[in-house]
Amino acid sequence: MISITVNDQKLNVDAAPDTPLLWVLRDHLGMTGTKFGCGMALCGACTVHVDGAATRSCVLPLSAVGGKSITTIEGLSVDRSHAVQKAWMELDVPQCGYCQSGQIMSAAALLATNAKPNDADIDAAMSGNICRCGTYPRIRKAIHRAAELLGPGAPK
Amino acid sequence: MKATSELSRRDFLNAGATVGGGFIVALTVPEIGGRWHSAAAAATAAGAPAAGKSIGQLNAWLKIARDNSITIIVDRSEMGQGVYTALPMLLAEELGIDMRLIRIEAAPVGDAYINPGNGGQVTGTSNSVQDAWEKLRMAGATARTMLVSAAAKRWQIDPAQCRVSNGTVVNAQGKVLTYGELADAAAKEPVPKELKLKPKSEFQLVGKSQPRLDTPGKVDGSAGFGLDIKLPGMLHAVLAQSPVLGGKVKNVDSGAAEKMPGVHRVMVTSSGVVVVADHFWQALQARGALLITWDSGANVHLDNAGIHALLKKTAAAGVGLSARNDGNVDSALKSAKQSLSAAYYLPLLAHATMEPMNCTADVKPNGCDLYVGTQVQQVAQAAAATAAGLEPAQVRVFTTLIGGGFGRRLDIDFVPAAVEASKALGVPVKVIWTREDDMTHDTYRPPAYEEVSGGVDAAGKVVAWKLHITSPSITARMFPPVKGVDDSVIEAAVNNLYDVRNLSVSYSRQEIGIDVGYMRSVSHAPNCFVIESFMDELAAAAGKNPYDFRLAQLTNKPRQRRVLQLAAERAGWGKAPAGRYQGIALMEGYTTHLAQVAEISIEHGQLKVHKITCVVDCGQMVNPRIVESQIESGIIFGLTAALWGEVTLEGGRVQQTNFHNYRLLRNNEVPELDVHLVDGDAAPGGIGEAAVPLVAPAICNAIFTATGTRLRELPIGKQKLQKA
Repeated sequence: MISITVNDQKLNVDAAPDTPLLWVLRDHLGMTGTKFGCGMALCGACTVHVDGAATRSCVLPLSAVGGKSITTIEGLSVDRSHAVQKAWMELDVPQCGYCQSGQIMSAAALLATNAKPNDADIDAAMSGNICRCGTYPRIRKAIHRAAELLGPGAPK
Repeated sequence: MKATSELSRRDFLNAGATVGGGFIVALTVPEIGGRWHSAAAAATAAGAPAAGKSIGQLNAWLKIARDNSITIIVDRSEMGQGVYTALPMLLAEELGIDMRLIRIEAAPVGDAYINPGNGGQVTGTSNSVQDAWEKLRMAGATARTMLVSAAAKRWQIDPAQCRVSNGTVVNAQGKVLTYGELADAAAKEPVPKELKLKPKSEFQLVGKSQPRLDTPGKVDGSAGFGLDIKLPGMLHAVLAQSPVLGGKVKNVDSGAAEKMPGVHRVMVTSSGVVVVADHFWQALQARGALLITWDSGANVHLDNAGIHALLKKTAAAGVGLSARNDGNVDSALKSAKQSLSAAYYLPLLAHATMEPMNCTADVKPNGCDLYVGTQVQQVAQAAAATAAGLEPAQVRVFTTLIGGGFGRRLDIDFVPAAVEASKALGVPVKVIWTREDDMTHDTYRPPAYEEVSGGVDAAGKVVAWKLHITSPSITARMFPPVKGVDDSVIEAAVNNLYDVRNLSVSYSRQEIGIDVGYMRSVSHAPNCFVIESFMDELAAAAGKNPYDFRLAQLTNKPRQRRVLQLAAERAGWGKAPAGRYQGIALMEGYTTHLAQVAEISIEHGQLKVHKITCVVDCGQMVNPRIVESQIESGIIFGLTAALWGEVTLEGGRVQQTNFHNYRLLRNNEVPELDVHLVDGDAAPGGIGEAAVPLVAPAICNAIFTATGTRLRELPIGKQKLQKA
């Protein structure tokens, strides 16, 4: 048994220590919002937050996350009220939607450390997340929009 | 507008009560049959039920329950293109309901859901909206008419004194009855024989951007893809397939694998060796411990040079089957002021959907439930039935959201292993392909060798055009038999939009030993690359500006001229900043017209695409916001293919395995996109595939302007570029 904290809940997981966090979340904890895309940290579909930092869960073994705080798309908000989710809905970013949990988690981590990212910041933070549908232009717009929603004096 | 179309004569709208109360509008399609006629539907559809009688849910489009819930059944698979929004909009437009209250249900296998444009229950060829355009508005109008009749009866007034508003019927006295309150009574009303559909001027929803109904679930992780299926007692599996394409299992030593934690079974299936375990990771680890001997089969020497040479040899052997032959192309070529010939080559491509192939099957003694992201419900049903030893009617197909289709999920090669494993173990089994499995066992976009000749007269008119395409046939494998020419290879070339009196298109079929499949913009991407590149070659030979040259070949083609002119205008054609070069391309496909202008620069041999301008006239738009996103999507898909797309084989093995060696465009690599949508009145055209094909020729035409070098092979990324 390894104890991990996911979305503020302390959970005991009965899985081999080398099991990637992605499959712990999906198969053991039933949290399927985090997606499998490549298994090599190349596409970002599996992005979660580990102690607040955007992290590829497909190559992160369970043994490495004991005692750390993990946030998944399910825990970003309980009601799609996170600014990134709001902006994503306002601009209808997703197409097939498969990569979007990872895109949203990467964008949320960016905005947590950089309240007003410029295009170069977005390039740097988002180039690890592939979207085969090509929602990139809207992702960019939605990150700028989320920054507005989070900004001082922005409507809550 | 009276709906007295071919559709209303051919189709038969039904409406009636449901078993559990409420109201269903359904459609049976007695005269559409053929090879796609599903056994399941045939077995269940015991004639058209009369109004008032209880009808099953098969073939339903719409269900209104007593609790006012409104469910719209969508018969096309949602893979990002927006059918779970656009199709409900058509129904909601006539029904007069609030979009936000609609529940979406994926259609089961049913003959009503056959897409006449494709001859089956198929999501493909960009025609979902075209197919639904009248059908779903009629379904909505049928329901509305019956609900109003029921309300009028209740109030003892003339139906003309009633109107509908947001899921209710209201009368002049301000009385209100909800659709749920009327559902049972409406089910007993006669089905209207004649329907009046709204004219464009009265549209409330159609033509206006509406929020996608599938967005909320896609921003909180709750959207259900095939990969996310959870069933009680379900086991997880991975599949080992022959590394050499087309090979078979000869022998398996599974001793070590079977002893590994969580492993339930290792078994040989028709698709390869399946390892079934409690969890995916356990199955994957155990697969690594298998010792499999493969019978590699006939492809052990297959490589790209061999495929290229084979297609070229077949092309030289004869002109192949004629697909179109106008005038006398050979004599026109001889008498033209200028004539030239060139050969183009298109590589194999991978679909690379973000969601790798997967399928979940639950086989029981008398039936099988299949949970799968598929673009072909009937074909999946048939494949599962064969694998389970059942009749198709015993297989229920539950279509999940699709994490990228692009034609890959028109194939069903990921279905049988799950069914065979579930049958053997007696529990539900989910088979997931890894990225490497997916990349190395795709049904690839076929390569094509295309020889083209053209002639221009003294006035700069194209007087001769001869195109000979040599390529494998996708349709011959997937939907045999193909009599004569396979349209999916040559369609765009046959529909050449320029006025050329002497025009021939021919096709030589040459298989290459591996399975090839339909990929987004099936014939259009390879055909238009050649057509639009060679148009520029002819323009250069005639000493004309590529834009003027194209306009000169478009007599009485107002929509084509308009998109071309608008694209040139918006892109500032001929006014590129210093160091920048432009290329233009035009297409007509999926009943949609588009033009694109690419603006590029080349520094130290490095290509940079700065901007793509795209003007689209797809006729009547249903949801402009989705049209725009699909056009952006197509351009980005086209950029990946143009710049880097190529699958290579060595010894019959695919060399690309994951995203580090099959490069896809990333966020920081997207050029400026200027998408302009023309508001048209013509019937809706398709938008899912339309924007892909023009990217490569527009860029290559710009490269020619910059360097004087004509690229006749893709991808661009492997060519050396030198500024002139």
